Amino acid sequence: MKKEIPAESTGRVLTWLQDRYDLSAIEYLIKKKEVPIHRHSLWYYFGGITLFFFIIQVFTGIMLLLYYRPTAEAAFESVQFIMTEVHFGWLIRSIHSWSANLMVAAAFIHLFSVFFMQSYRKPRELTWVTGVVLLLLSLGFGFSGYLLPWNELAFFATKVGTEIVAVVPFIGEFLLKFLRGGEDVTGATLTRFFGFHVAVLPMITTLILVFHLWAVQKQGMSVPPQFENKKTSLKSMKFFPNFLLRDVLGWIIALGVLAAVAAIFPWELGVKADPFAPAPAGIQPEWYFVFMFQTLKFIPAKVLIFDGEMLGVLGFGIIGVLLVLVPFFDKKAVLGETSKLLRAFGIIAIVYILVMSIISYAVPQTF
Amino acid sequence: MKSKKIFLINLFVLSGGWFCFLFSQSPEQADNVNSCVSCHLEMGDELAVPVTGMEQDVHDRLGLSCVSCHGGDPKAGLDGDLEAAMDPAKGYIGIPERSAIPQLCAKCHSEPNYMRQFNPRVSTDQFARYKTSVHGQRLQRGDTKVATCIDCHGVHGIRNAKDARSSVYPPNIVKTCGKCHADSEYMKDYGVATDQVELYSTSVHGKALLEKGDQGAPVCNDCHGNHGASPPGAPSVAFVCGQCHLNNSELFIKSPHKMAFDDMDLPECEACHGNHAIEHPTDEMIGAGEQSMCIDCHEDGSKGFETAVTIRREIDSLKGKIHFADSLVSVAERAGMQVSEAKFQLNDADDALIKSRTIIHSLSVDQIKESTGEGIKLTDAATKAGWEALDELQFRRKGLAISIILISILALGLYLKIKEIDKKYPFKTEGE
Amino acid sequence: MTSENNPQTISRRKVVNFILGGGLLSTVGSILIPIINFIIPPKVEEATQHSVVACKMGELQLNAGKVFRFGSKPGILVRTQADKYVAFSAICTHLDCTVQYRNDFKHIWCACHNGHFDLTGKNIAGPPPRPLESFKVDIRGEDIVVSRGV
Repeated sequence: MKKEIPAESTGRVLTWLQDRYDLSAIEYLIKKKEVPIHRHSLWYYFGGITLFFFIIQVFTGIMLLLYYRPTAEAAFESVQFIMTEVHFGWLIRSIHSWSANLMVAAAFIHLFSVFFMQSYRKPRELTWVTGVVLLLLSLGFGFSGYLLPWNELAFFATKVGTEIVAVVPFIGEFLLKFLRGGEDVTGATLTRFFGFHVAVLPMITTLILVFHLWAVQKQGMSVPPQFENKKTSLKSMKFFPNFLLRDVLGWIIALGVLAAVAAIFPWELGVKADPFAPAPAGIQPEWYFVFMFQTLKFIPAKVLIFDGEMLGVLGFGIIGVLLVLVPFFDKKAVLGETSKLLRAFGIIAIVYILVMSIISYAVPQTF
Repeated sequence: MKSKKIFLINLFVLSGGWFCFLFSQSPEQADNVNSCVSCHLEMGDELAVPVTGMEQDVHDRLGLSCVSCHGGDPKAGLDGDLEAAMDPAKGYIGIPERSAIPQLCAKCHSEPNYMRQFNPRVSTDQFARYKTSVHGQRLQRGDTKVATCIDCHGVHGIRNAKDARSSVYPPNIVKTCGKCHADSEYMKDYGVATDQVELYSTSVHGKALLEKGDQGAPVCNDCHGNHGASPPGAPSVAFVCGQCHLNNSELFIKSPHKMAFDDMDLPECEACHGNHAIEHPTDEMIGAGEQSMCIDCHEDGSKGFETAVTIRREIDSLKGKIHFADSLVSVAERAGMQVSEAKFQLNDADDALIKSRTIIHSLSVDQIKESTGEGIKLTDAATKAGWEALDELQFRRKGLAISIILISILALGLYLKIKEIDKKYPFKTEGE
Repeated sequence: MTSENNPQTISRRKVVNFILGGGLLSTVGSILIPIINFIIPPKVEEATQHSVVACKMGELQLNAGKVFRFGSKPGILVRTQADKYVAFSAICTHLDCTVQYRNDFKHIWCACHNGHFDLTGKNIAGPPPRPLESFKVDIRGEDIVVSRGV
């Protein structure tokens, strides 16, 4: 071995720690894991990239907290202040906004890749369940964060968005008031959303994320069933250092992309919200909600005796629950077989989301 | 003990007073009301209208009554003697003659000592002014179709002019005057146009009043007067408009146009802006274009024509520059740049443009150039700030380019390292 | 594993380490510079502008006024004959022209339509429908500070 001083000093610290705490479990977690190599290996990176964007969100979010003020009077002005007066404030805010969107995008890709590779099958059911919950939490982050700059677009999008929960049977009214902190979207809503965005959601997300990551590390990468059968020919690399370095390379590329979009397409501030002004034309929620909004618009007001919007909301709710439960009714996966029905559902879902989103952006909006 | 006694006396007096109040009315009220009101109400229909109308009347509230205008003796009518109540010998005049109405009202309203009791600041010159008005003069010549006091103020049910329900409350005046002046049948003998109300409603003033609810907007009487209503003579138009458009009026009066217009008997402001249908003036009204007012008198090649073209060019140039700077600054603002200074400058430049448009009335190219120059200076500063803000955006992109290069170097290094690591820890084939 | 110690490999490894180390340092630098700058408080300390220094003591004569910048909108500060400072929004309530102080009238005047406001901001003549929005004036040392009402 070549003599390397840094390595030696790291070694000394490790020995020191090892003497006091048994690190073998951690060492085992890091060293044991192998990452299989096949033509779908590329998808393994998206979980890590999602994690990277999440970390960026945490850091830039904390930084924005230094100057942001969550009141209807000062929110818009404080974001404007961040963007105009604070050094590099424009960059930090732009990165926070862009990274949020890229995180959701990466999470969606991660979800679908795991779905099609059937990685949720035994023993990774809970990894899947927590993963879906994490995606929903990210959507919650997106929804609550969108309002915080208190600009016109966000204000009305939030108004429309929260209105939808009112159609949920029995508890709709309560949910609406709970979300809005009153009958209408006001400064009270802003304070509430701020609380969700910087305290409630981060706490829950961190707990679930720790479990998710631990489970991935513990159980290693899943091999898709079609390769599992030809075990002999499948190559693999060590997670540490080979795969981790590749992961880091992915992160660096993601960082570059992020910096580029944040500076080339700076996130705009818009116009301050005026609760008494009429809703401006072209109100859109964040792009990842658009397909749901578009669906609700296509459903007729009345389906038989039921309220159309209510059916739509319930439908998405049921789909959400089914998505969480996928590992428990895909009995074929564990046998190494592919369920044609599920695969078809997955493809339909992707096509549906794409088509609805495209329609929504191509057709002028009137909410 | 003493206090108890007082209490009892008090109780007696108070309850007694209350008792009296219930069963009789105060003598003064009985004087005023009784027989006129009771009979007229009893007879109903149109004979009751004056009584019911008076409930809202300012005179009634101040303690005046039927007898104050119509005379007679309501007390005499208490026992049902109508003849005695409406006895001309007791001053009863019945329905006043139309031609006598102004004098009738003036009996009190031209009497400062009397009017002072009710309102120390009220003016008492209405009748004197009325006599000078077109209405008053025609009435004196025996034309009873013209407006008298009651045609504008109402009869039974006259309200204070400050009451929003009054027919002479400023926003209601247009309708009140229009009652006759927009009625072509009624006005046909006078040879006067009847489209004033219609034209006024389309004017900048009419729209401000009727659509935007701007009560500062002038109505009929602000230009024509009210009690002394008469069309303003041509040489006084500038003074009329100058009540609000002070600068325009002062500049016009000092300008060479004043004398020229008066000589040609052109009605000053109205010559270019019109009267009832005054629209928001546009820049097209100056210069040598199709809608220009200047070329109506100033022929091509004349000095006036040249001046018109120069003035228009000055105004257009400032306007164009402001427009450009405005959009530039807006782009920068939406991108989140700090441009409040520039916006303030543009605000001032807008003021300079308004000022320059006013100075047009002086017809002095030098004065206009001075004003537009001021505006252009402000606009240039704002434009510069706008560009600087956008340059700053560009600078950010350059900063980005550098950091992307640095990140790329790191990525390259890492890529080479991965190659190296892969050699050191080669891939395994499962089962090996 | 013999190639491990071959001089060519060693020099190659040195180059890789150099690129990697350099890239790492400069990237970390380009991340840290914005972060540190962000944390340092900016010149203007507050997000919302509630007050502004309209002028210095002695800058205004008695019976004189000055239009100053309050955010991106104009305000007007008047030093009255009685040596009192009063401040209002300089936006006329009629059609948004900027008003001015007329020392001959001893009150505020709007040139556009001959609107008059007294020194409490009240509309006293002409078309303006409402009084001017009034501001609070405080004297802090040499500065005359105008602030928006709470």
